[in-house]
Amino acid sequence: MDVRGGLRLEGLVKRFDDVTAVAGVDLELPPGKLISFLGPSGCGKTTMLRMIAGLERPTEGRVFLDEEDITDRPAYTRDIGMVFQSLALFPHLNVAGNIGYGLRIRGTEKDRITSRVRELLDLVSLEGMGDRRIQQLSGGQRQRVATARALALEPRLFLLDEPLSALDANLREQLQVELRLLQQQLGITTIIVTHDQREAMTMSDLVVVMNAGRIEQVGPPLEVYRRPGSPFVAGFIGRTNLLVGEASGDGSVAVAGRPFDVAGGANATGEVSISVRPEAAQLVADGMPERNALPGSVVFVRDLGELFECFVDCGIGEHVIVAGSPRDWVPVEQGAAVAVRFPAEDCVVVST
Amino acid sequence: MSVREQPSGRTLGVLAFPVGMLLVFFLIPFGIMVATSFYHRDPGSFYRPAFELANWQRLFQPVFLERALFSIGICLLAGLVCIAIAFPFTYFLTRMRRRPHVILLVVVLSALSLSEVIVAFSWYILLGRASGISNILVWIGIMSESAAYQPSFAAVLLGLCYIAFPYCILTLYPQLTRLDPEITEAAQTLGASPWRTFWTVVVPIARPIIVAGFLLVFVFTLGSYIIAFFLGRPEHWTLSVFIADQASANANVPFAAAMAIFLTVLSLVVVGIVGLIESRTRRVT
Repeated sequence: MDVRGGLRLEGLVKRFDDVTAVAGVDLELPPGKLISFLGPSGCGKTTMLRMIAGLERPTEGRVFLDEEDITDRPAYTRDIGMVFQSLALFPHLNVAGNIGYGLRIRGTEKDRITSRVRELLDLVSLEGMGDRRIQQLSGGQRQRVATARALALEPRLFLLDEPLSALDANLREQLQVELRLLQQQLGITTIIVTHDQREAMTMSDLVVVMNAGRIEQVGPPLEVYRRPGSPFVAGFIGRTNLLVGEASGDGSVAVAGRPFDVAGGANATGEVSISVRPEAAQLVADGMPERNALPGSVVFVRDLGELFECFVDCGIGEHVIVAGSPRDWVPVEQGAAVAVRFPAEDCVVVST
Repeated sequence: MSVREQPSGRTLGVLAFPVGMLLVFFLIPFGIMVATSFYHRDPGSFYRPAFELANWQRLFQPVFLERALFSIGICLLAGLVCIAIAFPFTYFLTRMRRRPHVILLVVVLSALSLSEVIVAFSWYILLGRASGISNILVWIGIMSESAAYQPSFAAVLLGLCYIAFPYCILTLYPQLTRLDPEITEAAQTLGASPWRTFWTVVVPIARPIIVAGFLLVFVFTLGSYIIAFFLGRPEHWTLSVFIADQASANANVPFAAAMAIFLTVLSLVVVGIVGLIESRTRRVT
């Protein structure tokens, strides 16, 4: 399999009148991988995708695909397949007509189109549905048609703009896995825009977290989850407990007057934020550990079946969330006085 | 509400209003017109009730049949010209930014406030020799002397298109604004240039509304008589001009009524044929 579809963005900026959607992005993406652009709505992720596709002209900066500058090339010469948020299927064509559209535009001969369309229908598990009208399809089937249509021309780059947002939760998870397997099978460089961190974690090799037109962090999903680079990333990718403390300079941090050791040590001095994931925090029902713990009282407890959650008021503003598997759960009552322990290896300093 | 549900007293009450309006303002007047077409024209006292086929027999003279065919021809042509200009115009209008979009729309639709008489007179002057547009061309130096472009077939066609144009845009506008921009973008990511996107995606999707706009212009211009009367020679007059002429100048209302019914039936036949062709070809694709 030839590896192509390496993408490089240089100083990309997009302004709409007086709104800056993308505020200077430099990014190099490896070929053959699935990358997600993850961020809240309005963070510029869709605008980035549209600039890569050629549907939006960058105000500043360049776009390189396989070391070729494609910034000035119109969308229809870019060789990039895209699945739109609305899916944008052609209502006047049937399933086969939609999938074969790009081939027809290229002037491919009829027999070739027919066989290629059949191949693609098999690929997305829609065998024998070529004659259906778009209006007769379910949401998941439409999604598959849009995917097959975008892949028909074997593009160098496959872009998806929140492709699953209109589907219900179960179907969404199923299609996430399907899309990921399809991408691995084809080895095509794929960028998916999403605001759903579970989706990004499920599918990607690499997550690009964006906020307010800028990139906050780039990394493999687990690394981004475990070692968030900023309070924003820590809060956006999953839930987190943010503890604000004072770094003394000897590697430890004082939170609410109590000593904390942190992963890798705190090499700065002054105010720092520490992120601890709910599943890393532990409840201590009896006694108060000397280091890395805060005393508090249980505010609320809920058992979600797959997960047990406890909200503790430790007097630091927000409630501390402690989560764990119901199997190894210490039963606590609402109002009970407890201590919450934050293991040093899970205390990540997110800003200094 | 399901289709099989029995109509309740309330739905009947709701239906009574449109049905009543249709009856009072359309069916009854049309019935009167049908009756009048069989009346006897009395040169002294306008007309009096009778039952004679004289008006209908007169209608089937070659001259009126030929006028009828001419009317249908020029109005179909006006429909084609209007759609050919109005469709791309409306499409690009809906793709514009908000501000120029609204300004342009207001300017075009303000033409609706002009009465047909004013439009006909304006074009009469603009296309005339004495103070028409050709004088500007002479002044610039493109032409050596001013010319008259009316009365002529082209002038009639121009006038008909002018009065129908805003209506045509009004028909196309709602659906074209609702056309998802992502659909045309999708076509572009699949390798279609803007030109090919227009022909392979925009036009096919908008086909039903294009046909509707075309038929609207056809029916609308078929009823216009002032334009053809002012801007054309008698050989460019549509059947409507003759109807007006018979009704007002000749005071032959029974004959005018017969012609009006004939014209109505003819236009219904044309609309039916076009509609049939449209639905047939749509099922094929």
